Amino acid sequence: MIAVAVPDREGGVALALHRVSKSFDGRKVLDDARFAVRWGEVHALLGENGAGKSTIMNVATGVYIADTGVTEIDGVATRIASPIEASRHGIGMVHQHFRLVNRFTVAENILLAAGPEAGIRNLDQAARLVAAKGSEVGLGIDPAARVCDLSVAERQRVEILKVLILGARIVILDEPTAVLSDQEATSLLRFTRGLADTGHAVVLITHKLREVVGHSDRVTVMRGGRTVLADCPTTGLDEAELARQMIGERVAPLRHLEAHPGAPRLVVRDLTVARADGGKGVDGLSLELRGGEILGIAGVGGNGQQQLADCLIGLATASRGEIQLMGRPVVAASVAARRGGGLRMIPSDRFASGLIGDMSVAENLAMTHLAGRYSRWKGFLARGRMRRDARAAITTFNIAGATPERRARLLSGGNAQKLLLSREVDSELTVLVAHSPTRGLDVKACQFVHGAIQDSVAAGAACLLISDDLEEILSLSTRIAVMSRGRLVGEFPAREATAEKLGLLMMNHA
Amino acid sequence: MTEFLVTWLAGTPSYAMPLLLASLGLILSERAGVLNLSAEGIMAVGAMTAAVTTLLMGHPWLGLLAGAGAGIALSAVFGLAVVVFRVDQILAGLATVAIGIGITGVIGRPYVHQTVTGIDPVQLPVLSAIPVIGPVLFHQDPLFYLAVVLALMASWMLARTRFGLRWRAVGEDPAAADIAGVDVQVTQLLAVLASGALCGLAGGYLSVVSSQVWVEGMVAGRGWIAIGLVIFVRWSPVRAIFGALLFGGASALTPRLLATGANVPVYLMMMLPYLLTIAVLAIPAMFKLGRGPEPENLGTVYLRQDRR
Ligand SMILES: Nc1ncnc2c1ncn2[C@@H]1O[C@H](COP(=O)(O)OP(=O)(O)OP(=O)(O)O)[C@@H](O)[C@H]1O
Ligand SMILES: [Mg+2]
Repeated sequence: MIAVAVPDREGGVALALHRVSKSFDGRKVLDDARFAVRWGEVHALLGENGAGKSTIMNVATGVYIADTGVTEIDGVATRIASPIEASRHGIGMVHQHFRLVNRFTVAENILLAAGPEAGIRNLDQAARLVAAKGSEVGLGIDPAARVCDLSVAERQRVEILKVLILGARIVILDEPTAVLSDQEATSLLRFTRGLADTGHAVVLITHKLREVVGHSDRVTVMRGGRTVLADCPTTGLDEAELARQMIGERVAPLRHLEAHPGAPRLVVRDLTVARADGGKGVDGLSLELRGGEILGIAGVGGNGQQQLADCLIGLATASRGEIQLMGRPVVAASVAARRGGGLRMIPSDRFASGLIGDMSVAENLAMTHLAGRYSRWKGFLARGRMRRDARAAITTFNIAGATPERRARLLSGGNAQKLLLSREVDSELTVLVAHSPTRGLDVKACQFVHGAIQDSVAAGAACLLISDDLEEILSLSTRIAVMSRGRLVGEFPAREATAEKLGLLMMNHA
Repeated sequence: MTEFLVTWLAGTPSYAMPLLLASLGLILSERAGVLNLSAEGIMAVGAMTAAVTTLLMGHPWLGLLAGAGAGIALSAVFGLAVVVFRVDQILAGLATVAIGIGITGVIGRPYVHQTVTGIDPVQLPVLSAIPVIGPVLFHQDPLFYLAVVLALMASWMLARTRFGLRWRAVGEDPAAADIAGVDVQVTQLLAVLASGALCGLAGGYLSVVSSQVWVEGMVAGRGWIAIGLVIFVRWSPVRAIFGALLFGGASALTPRLLATGANVPVYLMMMLPYLLTIAVLAIPAMFKLGRGPEPENLGTVYLRQDRR
């Protein structure tokens, strides 16, 4: 069934959850939470990492079954026990981590998800529907493309199209903008407005306060599994007030770090790194990074940032050029040798190349110092010391939900990032490469990460901050360069840089 | 020389069939994400059950059916352990091998070395008269044709039907399949049972069709070779036909060469199929050819509320 606009119901409550509680392994994650979204509105759902936003929406869509609580659709109490039932009731969700089969084509994914009632019988029909729906709502995508060949933004389109093709009138988007560049995010937000205007109910989970203020009609705020602000119109709210609601205290603005550039610590000359598909990721890039400064590298994602970060830490091989760390050439050195020189890394994907999800917090923390601090006679592990250090790190970095024995994957995004940070920002740190270090983090966790970076730089370390979040670059860096097509195309001292100037450079060279 | 070639090639399918049937079963199970290492044990039970049933009832086809049924029964135990109780798949698979081999020893001992009524090859009219190709391809037992048809059907089912799409989705990304409304557990159980039926049939083929007698340990590692074969043919049922024929050809060579009285050490010859297994497994890995559709989620069990 294709979605039909329901203007007559506009303004009525589309989906409501009352008194929802849910525990995982005896830990209460939702505690008497509630939520309601109306037809024709964009409703923002806000909350710290681990507040339970994804969990409550997973309850609404039948992925999780709540311990207690009632779900109402159009005012009628409804039991939703599986995602497919949710879909029958017109609820669709784009998950934080996409749920597409990577090796299938777009059309195959649609056919897979479509039950018989959607009236799709074969691949051709699915493909036609993708094309038709895509042009109808302005999300064009090639139905024959394999998902693994698509960019993140394109995969998101597939997810949204899937939800719409299945006939969803209540559309839930879990942190859709966290993976998008500024431009892509803007167009997505415009799209959600269009959905609301055609009568859909849209739930938008986000950490970006400016998206709440600028692009939603109402907001619900969750904290620690409870709803602390329900159904509040966004007109008249400002970002500071929202932040206070969210974390229960005022957020101090970031102090500005004065640069005290010391000796060069990381020198890159004429670096070229190939991309997996054969093209050039980094193309003749040179830079110099001194102690006591944060060099921010701005740019639209996909302009070689990933290859640059990988090559610096030693995960990708340079086809040309040199890298000097503390005056020593390291372009051919191993990851271990570079780490020995004090190079540290915060990757953009925490679980792909930072933490090992299925290992414990203590093991993750000890991972980088197995040869020194945590090894005993004949290679046995100093497990007591591992546990003690982990406990200390959990306290100093305030990692919520962590114990030394808990698996890292069970931590929420912000807390996983804190865990990584506590390992990487150690006493031997000389150069920190931070690649989108706050992706998907809430305001408070962001502030924590930024503070930790500033502290280590104030203590003399050098930091290369690669990020597609302009705001982060502008507020944190002492010097800013713009990266485009694998090279740096402009550089300013931080106080001369503005979002407009950077944006212009990024556009002109795109 | 031509005669040697013809007898060798004509003998190949009967060596290849158990491998084809078993690897077909394993492909079905692995494409749904269940790593099934129990083939050796299930084949053993299938071989014993088929032979004993044939001895008691006098009908080889009934025996084969019973072999497949026994395979289903034993794999149901494995499937329950793995899919419902989430036992580690490798452990459960190895345990099932031990159980299977144990059972055959206990039940089958009184029937050992008794000649079983077998199934005779069918001679396709006209076609089997073609020189060389005729006896090789068109004078085989009916199961040869059945297995080839089954392989083609499995391939078509996986690639072309909605049912197959769901089946593969479970093996690739069970969380995505679940959200799409596929019952992950039921699909995986079904896949395990299908593999049990085919492995049981493969065992029955060994005792009732190729040797027409049952002895303990007659599966002799073919279950393990089938597991290797699945990787070699990159989880493709159609390629499994050719892979099985290649392995079968190597095995069929051993007795033929021995019969010619060639001066090659016997043990070296008997190692041939196993050496081939190692070689073909190493080659794709060495040259990075192995980018085929290995199911992405092979070997882990999905539970909806797991964090992933
Ligand atoms: N399947 C699960 N098993 C165990 N714990 C879980 C599970 N799912 C969520 N949790 C825990 O529940 C809490 C809330 O998680 P949830 O994913 O809802 O947070 P969130 O508000 O979406 O945070 P984020 O902004 O990081 O996405 C977290 O502490 C998390 O560790
Ligand atoms: Mg979440």
